[in-house]
Amino acid sequence: MGIINAVKLIYDYVTKDERGDVENVTSAIRGVDLDIQAGQFIAILGHNGSGKSTLAKQMNALLVPTGGTLTVKGMDTSDEKNVWNIRQTAGMVFQNPDNQIIGTIVEEDVGFGPENLGVPTKEIWDRVYDSLKRVGMMEYCDHSPNKLSGGQKQRVAIAGTMAMKPECIVLDEPTAMLDPNGRKEVIGTVRELNQKEGVTVILITHYMDEAIQADQVYVMDEGQIVLSGTPREVFSQVGRLKELRLDVPQITELAYELKKEGFPLPDGILTAKELEDALIRCKEQGYHVKAKSGEAKHVDKDRTS
Amino acid sequence: MIRDITIGQYYPANSIIHRLDPRVKLMATVVFIVSVFLIHDLVGFLIATAALGACIWLSKVPVRYMLKGLKVIFIILIFTVLLNMMFTPGREIFRFYFIRVTWEGVILAGKTTMRLVYLIVGSTIMTLTTTPNHLTDGLEKALSPLKKLRFPVHELSMTMSIALRFIPILLEETDKIMKAQQARCADFESGNLIHRVKNLIPVLVPLFISAIRRANDLAMAMEARCYHGGAGRTKMKPLIYNRRDKIGYAVVIAYLILWIVLICVF
Repeated sequence: MGIINAVKLIYDYVTKDERGDVENVTSAIRGVDLDIQAGQFIAILGHNGSGKSTLAKQMNALLVPTGGTLTVKGMDTSDEKNVWNIRQTAGMVFQNPDNQIIGTIVEEDVGFGPENLGVPTKEIWDRVYDSLKRVGMMEYCDHSPNKLSGGQKQRVAIAGTMAMKPECIVLDEPTAMLDPNGRKEVIGTVRELNQKEGVTVILITHYMDEAIQADQVYVMDEGQIVLSGTPREVFSQVGRLKELRLDVPQITELAYELKKEGFPLPDGILTAKELEDALIRCKEQGYHVKAKSGEAKHVDKDRTS
Repeated sequence: MIRDITIGQYYPANSIIHRLDPRVKLMATVVFIVSVFLIHDLVGFLIATAALGACIWLSKVPVRYMLKGLKVIFIILIFTVLLNMMFTPGREIFRFYFIRVTWEGVILAGKTTMRLVYLIVGSTIMTLTTTPNHLTDGLEKALSPLKKLRFPVHELSMTMSIALRFIPILLEETDKIMKAQQARCADFESGNLIHRVKNLIPVLVPLFISAIRRANDLAMAMEARCYHGGAGRTKMKPLIYNRRDKIGYAVVIAYLILWIVLICVF
């Protein structure tokens, strides 16, 4: 059993009227089975309302399952007395960088978690400096968070969870409000934490390009996991993903369209390099790019550049 | 207007006043405010002025910066001056229909103005030289005896420090909402006061909604970082008294004794 394990997980949002009678029940998660091994980089994809954020909040015991069980490192999230241990084990980073920074100075914000855990003062400082160094924000330690860019704020938020020494970080669309540079910054930081420190990362996103680097990808729709596997396995099913109203990475899409045009390309091409190699192989096999077709011209350029 | 409020704005500098423990500064401010209300004659006035001047000089904050805070209360000042001058009975200076300006009124107006100005400047020194977090930490520590009476001291100081952190964010948001509405021909600048206030209502509604949404998000983020109230919490920057803080207390107490003597003698 992995660090996070879900068995037949169900979660319903219940709205009640003034008298306390149940008015409406919305099922956000309908029977999810999940087993995440320690040290992995997991991406969870899905369009809006697919239940992916609800699932993330379950992992931090911010929401408790209506049915089924979810365990974090063997601790059941429905058990009230495990809550603080679970939150320390599985840190969480949210979408809006402004709404999750509590301190008025960067270092104070990073120290907020350890303060809550009752860590002695000297160790708090060690942890704060250590986590700020790991996310590369050390030089901003005495700045006001209001003056940082979105990407920097998210890195501070990541440092804030890292200071609690979690074994697993759940990131709920951390890049949704950032510009492309900020996105690169945050994903790079997360990736590094995963590779260098062996922190388990669960990245919830709707940017396909971010999911390419994951060890395992889960695709959610209507509260269920509909596709799972390595990024290559998942992204080779372009047609199915489109049915689920999801995009595929640009390169994969290009390869998919080329294949439809008759090129013998393999499924699940993820990077520009792979596409280039595959196209060179096509050429060696005698496939030529017709200069007439607009798309083919584009391919020609891609290959030579 | 909003940008002129200096209360709650920290002025970074490296001075002895900046480095003092917030509890010392809190006590000093309270003592000073009390003393300002005890002023009755020139001696008292001089003593208070000297104390205030010394603090401003020690704090290395430009006087101009400190007086900015007075802009906000300018209207209140004018009101108090006028009302005091007109409605205080006493020896008449001149009369204009039903308005009587009296000697006593002028003196009272002067005293009240001076008190108000000293009050604002005195408390501005504290907020300008103390970071908001230091201030709330100081308040929490200073009020901690009230915990025994089940007064939520920690919660209060946490709420205050969060409020202070969100002031610039909400200001920015107000600005954004106003610009978005101006782009759709909303008018905030013309019309009389009542008209303008009415026009602000469409700004307040989205602002409140967004503030509540932010509060909700923040509460969740705090919970995710294991926040569970003040119990069992350690401090990253605990407040510890230094030598200079003890000296600070000594000065404050000396000032207080001076006032007690002054009142007893005169």
